[in-house]
Amino acid sequence: MNTSLARAIEVTRRYGDVLALDRVSLDIREGELIGLLGPNGAGKSTLINLLAGLRRPTSGTVELFGGSPLDPVVRRGIGVTPQETGLPASLRVGEITDFVSAHFPERVGTAELLDGFGLGDLVRRQVGGLSGGQRRRLAVALAFAGRPRLVFLDEPTTGLDVEARRALWDGIRAFHDEGGTVLLTSHYLEEIEALAERVLVVGHGRVLADDSVRAVRGMAGTRRVSLVAEDLPELPGVLGAERTDGRIDLLVTDPDRLVVELVRSGVPFSGLEIRPATLEEAFLALTSKESARA
Amino acid sequence: MPSLILAHTRYLVIEQIRVPIGILAGTFFPAVTMLAFVVPFTGQDAATATTATGSLVFFGAMSSALTGLATAVSQDRELPWDPYLRTLPAGPLPRFAGRILSTLAAVLISVVPVLVMGALLTEAAITPARLLLGLGALVVGVVPFMLMGLFVGFTLVSKAAMAVSQLLFFPMAILGGLLLPPQVLPEPVQAVSPYVPTRGAAELIWWAIAGVRPDAVSLVMLAVWTGAMAVAAAWAYRRDEGRRFS
Repeated sequence: MNTSLARAIEVTRRYGDVLALDRVSLDIREGELIGLLGPNGAGKSTLINLLAGLRRPTSGTVELFGGSPLDPVVRRGIGVTPQETGLPASLRVGEITDFVSAHFPERVGTAELLDGFGLGDLVRRQVGGLSGGQRRRLAVALAFAGRPRLVFLDEPTTGLDVEARRALWDGIRAFHDEGGTVLLTSHYLEEIEALAERVLVVGHGRVLADDSVRAVRGMAGTRRVSLVAEDLPELPGVLGAERTDGRIDLLVTDPDRLVVELVRSGVPFSGLEIRPATLEEAFLALTSKESARA
Repeated sequence: MPSLILAHTRYLVIEQIRVPIGILAGTFFPAVTMLAFVVPFTGQDAATATTATGSLVFFGAMSSALTGLATAVSQDRELPWDPYLRTLPAGPLPRFAGRILSTLAAVLISVVPVLVMGALLTEAAITPARLLLGLGALVVGVVPFMLMGLFVGFTLVSKAAMAVSQLLFFPMAILGGLLLPPQVLPEPVQAVSPYVPTRGAAELIWWAIAGVRPDAVSLVMLAVWTGAMAVAAAWAYRRDEGRRFS
């Protein structure tokens, strides 16, 4: 097993009465590319904030490279994406990159870094004059300025067009191929499916699943049953239903039982298909099960 | 470490320069106060005019230091850029030093119009050596107020930080004898005066520019305040986790 770069042990974090993280334990090992999934308010940001030294846990321990993330020297090994809306508007792209780079003993160098993210021509441009996509790319580039061992990428491709997103994916893969470790959050599940090897699903401040992409997909035991029918009776174990162009898609936990009940009801149907759920469907199943229990 | 201090100073100075109205406002305030309260009343006495000019220079500097920094820091803390900055490998020292040095640059600019007015419109007179000494005293005297501004800025939300820094500013300016010379202050105020940091800073400046013998208690208290404010500001920085909502 590779060395552990970051670790949370029984970490709880409260904001007043709100329990943002509830006894979370996890281990990020060297060379992993981890997707962090969860609905808004599930505790994703809090988890990253704790690992990046922005906040302290209410109880439990957070370790980064064997030390405390609150120690600035320890943080030399990480890279974080700022929110692109927060980039200081009056600074030039080159100036802001120089400023961030100055914090790290090993640097990529402003020119090389910006070229790598397709921002080479914008060195002299003030941040306030960049497009949303350019700002997003600059924000992601800054995470890599100090040759980090571990990067936290929070929604790296939100607001990018397809081409720019693919380019960024290539960049993240290249970093990972050279041994870099990535913790990635995204609203786009296809992004997590395309990049991540391991998926962490968080909901209500707890880790609901922590496994390979394929295992998480299967874990919920969820299948997608698709058929053509006029109308359906009440059926057991349906997590979600969707109707498009006469086809009905059902997200179910037990497809065999559903088919038995469907046949027994005598409702006419055709074109029956059963297939494993996508990551998104598994994720919805996992988090909705959790909220049903809560 | 020095390169990191330089990086933070450079970044803050660039931000200041690109929005120059802030520097202009910081210059305007002491200049107008000088014109309204010092020029008409100092009369023919060169020594009085000199120390009054010195007091006023410090009054303006203290405003930039305390109110200016408290406001700037608390406002920046509410922007999403601040949490990112705190993930970078830098402790409070480079960030504080960057704030202090960039504010100092703005303060030294704001001093110029007051000095020009003092020279042209009043009887104030100073040798180049004493002027340099006075600027040195200004720098030493203004540091505890910058640390106080950082403390307030890192502790409170921006609206509260603005109000609290104003509430601290005027009483301290009056108690320290910046607006009226300490000799004419009422008895109870004179008793408290040596213990407020403004008095120590003022004593230092009066000594530097006019050779007035400084009061030892005030100077010791200035040093104590500087140390205490440094500790308080560092504490506030460490406990800060950005804005909290519950």
